[in-house]
Amino acid sequence: MLNMFTHARRMAGRALVGAAALALAGGGVAGAQETIKVGVLHSLSGTMAISETTLKDTVLFMVQEQNAAGGVLGKKLEAVVVDPASNWPLFAEKARELIEKEKVAVVFGCWTSVSRKSVLPVFKELNSILFYPVQYEGEESERNVFYTGAAPNQQAIPAVDYLMENEDVERWVLAGTDYVYPRTTNKILEAYLKSKGVKEEDIMINYTPFGHSDWQTIVADIKKFGSAGKKTAVVSTINGDANVPFYKELGNQGIKATDIPVVAFSVGEEELAGIDTKPLLGHLAAWNYFQSVDVPENAAFIKKWQAYTKNDKRVTNDPMEATVIGFNMWVKAVEKAGTTDADAVIDALIGVTVPNLSGGFSAMMPNHHITKPVLIGEIKEDGQFDIVEQTPGLIVAEEWSPYLEGSKDLIADWRKPLNCGNFNVKTGKCGGAGQ
Amino acid sequence: MTSRARLFPSLRVLCAALALLFAAALVGTFPGRAEAQDISGALGQFTSNKYDDTEAALGALALSGSPAAAGIVSALADGRLVFGGLPPRVFIEGEGGALLDPLTMQPVADAPPVKPVRVNNRVRRAIEAANGALSLVSPDAGKRREAALAVGRSRDEAALPALDAALAKESDPQVKSAMNLARASILIGKEGISPAERIAAVELVGAEGNQDALAILRGVPDSAAPEVKQAAAQAIEGIERNLAMWGMAQNVWYGLSLGSVLLLAAIGLAITFGVMGVINMAHGEMVMLGAYTTFVVQEVIRTSYPGLFDASLLIAIPLAFLFTGLIGVIIERTVIRFLYGRALETLLATWGISLILQQAIRTIFGPTNREVGAPSWMSGSFEIGHLSITSGRLWIIVFALLVFFALLATLRLTRIGLEMRAVTQNRRMAASMGIRTNWVDAMTFGLGSGIAGMAGVALSQIDNVSPNLGQSYIIDSFLVVVFGGVGNLWGTLVGAMTLGVANKLLEPYAGAVLGKIALLVIVILFIQKRPRGLFALKGRSIEA
Repeated sequence: MLNMFTHARRMAGRALVGAAALALAGGGVAGAQETIKVGVLHSLSGTMAISETTLKDTVLFMVQEQNAAGGVLGKKLEAVVVDPASNWPLFAEKARELIEKEKVAVVFGCWTSVSRKSVLPVFKELNSILFYPVQYEGEESERNVFYTGAAPNQQAIPAVDYLMENEDVERWVLAGTDYVYPRTTNKILEAYLKSKGVKEEDIMINYTPFGHSDWQTIVADIKKFGSAGKKTAVVSTINGDANVPFYKELGNQGIKATDIPVVAFSVGEEELAGIDTKPLLGHLAAWNYFQSVDVPENAAFIKKWQAYTKNDKRVTNDPMEATVIGFNMWVKAVEKAGTTDADAVIDALIGVTVPNLSGGFSAMMPNHHITKPVLIGEIKEDGQFDIVEQTPGLIVAEEWSPYLEGSKDLIADWRKPLNCGNFNVKTGKCGGAGQ
Repeated sequence: MTSRARLFPSLRVLCAALALLFAAALVGTFPGRAEAQDISGALGQFTSNKYDDTEAALGALALSGSPAAAGIVSALADGRLVFGGLPPRVFIEGEGGALLDPLTMQPVADAPPVKPVRVNNRVRRAIEAANGALSLVSPDAGKRREAALAVGRSRDEAALPALDAALAKESDPQVKSAMNLARASILIGKEGISPAERIAAVELVGAEGNQDALAILRGVPDSAAPEVKQAAAQAIEGIERNLAMWGMAQNVWYGLSLGSVLLLAAIGLAITFGVMGVINMAHGEMVMLGAYTTFVVQEVIRTSYPGLFDASLLIAIPLAFLFTGLIGVIIERTVIRFLYGRALETLLATWGISLILQQAIRTIFGPTNREVGAPSWMSGSFEIGHLSITSGRLWIIVFALLVFFALLATLRLTRIGLEMRAVTQNRRMAASMGIRTNWVDAMTFGLGSGIAGMAGVALSQIDNVSPNLGQSYIIDSFLVVVFGGVGNLWGTLVGAMTLGVANKLLEPYAGAVLGKIALLVIVILFIQKRPRGLFALKGRSIEA
């Protein structure tokens, strides 16, 4: 019922946008200096500003580069920046403002899953396009959203595999901040570990509040858990700000990476910039890109980026790369479709392939996720990562995890005739569980 | 366990080296025989820059008995082992980046461009093992002891003969006991030794009574005699009981540490909110400004006076006090003084100020975390019994108490303190005695803000220095002040410590999230019962 309703609304929205596009096309010929507007929906104040500000800069940088190269469809791009201030309902309001008032052709934005969930209805209703550049928990595929960050199988599972194979880890601490991304990721990891024969008592799961700063008890617990005679590792989905005190406490209690390695999914170059990294030497992170990737494409990008920011110490990180890939994909799709009309671009995006910054190519798949290589890096003393492993090929995102009961029968395919984000292969119907 | 060798590849390095040392010691040629083996093969392996090869090369080095081996291993550990040129050769990077020949330690003439040999966790473990093997016969007793501990951790049977040989020659009692312990750790898991011997080993290890001992005792093989298993089970039970007690003490310590942080965060608020009655939502930002003052001080020291780094916090404390105190006075004079007696407006105005301050800092310093380093005297940890105490936390407790008593003394013993108390108790009476109440208000608010700034210096050591730093403390601060009793400094002290200890005692059972919720519920219930907190002020002052 609900689905039908949203579908009807979407159709209405589409018709409206179509009409608006027609009107624009009719009246727009006169103004030769017309621009294509690109929305930027990243928090520039509040808690998430620490992570999201860089992505705003990245989009502005890409817009400038694209304009220098002649723009898109002969028109210049114009970035419209709004500040949703780390306030989830405000994300929806600002998204509406971008689409309805500013008439942007596409939006690059959001970081936390809750902000993405908050803008989803707006993008559906107004039928616009959102590029979401952050690794997330999966279990979602929407027609109006393109996910350029990693799904769990493009980050978490390869990291666990690496630890099993190279460090012979048999005992696991899954530590995370208490919200949807760590909880879902840990659920998937727990199921995956059990499928690999890890026993219940060899898995310890721990959640902490946002911004947790007193890690003494938990680190002591981890130490205790690790002294059972089996090699132990910590898989950390601890979010942004809480990481610094966590790593400081590990250092204080003398836990080294050679004893109990910590592999993190939310710690990148940007986060390490605020920490004394000496005690962290050898702890790991799994991403799809590191600044230290040694290929000419990356070196050129870093050089341009540092020139743009006028700061030769400015780091790059994985969500930035995802933003860059998303931006380039959108440009390519618009050129392919010959229009910025949302429906045409959404259809054109599937199959678009652009170079990524780790020397390969990423393609937009029918599930609106992209193919990515997975890289495992060890933290070096200078706050950069030493890449110790890279998957030989690209990995296709499993947006619906095969390790979870509710989602193992679901697939997403936004091509015709399926055109569905949660098709249940068992029942053969669109709109299975999880929605 | 068939996968043992695969599990601890670095241990093979260790035991191979130990076996060799043992042989060398027997023949009596070690370590006098220089240039024993040709290590050029091993050096060549480093140039492939693959982890497996590096590990193999380390093993070969440890076996070689070459006098250059120790230098090469430690260069690899420090990232000074580099390679380059055609065909690739290995060098050690010396002082000032000069490339030295690894064998002769002489500078090379035609230095090619080089890059360091890469090291990962596996290689790092191999380095530790090789270092352990190379230093079991080191002239330095401390190094021998560490080597013995490394051997004990590795629990490899092949190390036994070398260990026995080293034991026979050892005279230092401390090193000897470490070696005995290492020997016992190995014997526990060894196949085919007599039950009596194994029981002796179990007892020796069991006497250690720590986490590591537990791990070793759990490694008693299933094939062991029943009496051995029983002895091990008994030892494990004893250790666990003992550790449970220590664990309780450890939790109390963690609680005191958390309490001291809460105290630091709340103590400034105890003045601005507790004494003056201003609902000061910008209190957290004063803490944040103090932390940023520390950052600025450290930046100046790093660029201009690197020798002073250890004193950076001591320098930052008065500066943070003065700076945030000044900001506090300005806020009081320009905003708050117009709002006395209008709680809601004060709340909104200070909330606005807090947002302005946050965004100002974000504009000046950027949204990302800033690195504030720990001086050497605040790093590291030590143990009392099985209680592990980190120096940083200890200093924060000391600092919190110092600030508390200094503030108490200021209020009790100084003229300004007397005037502050007079103004809060009866403003009109104080004014008619010739006290400039406006000025006292400004000073009181400045004092509270300044103390918050000093707290920021301490908190910069354990938390992120980011524009959001203050937000995470504001709620806790109000909680402490209200719980302890508004207007009573002792209440703030007891309240902070009670909440800290209660939180840490709850946490192991309820988890961090649920523990915090439980604590909030308890405080709410408590406030229902005693609305004025733990130490309610009595008498007429509460009416004012």
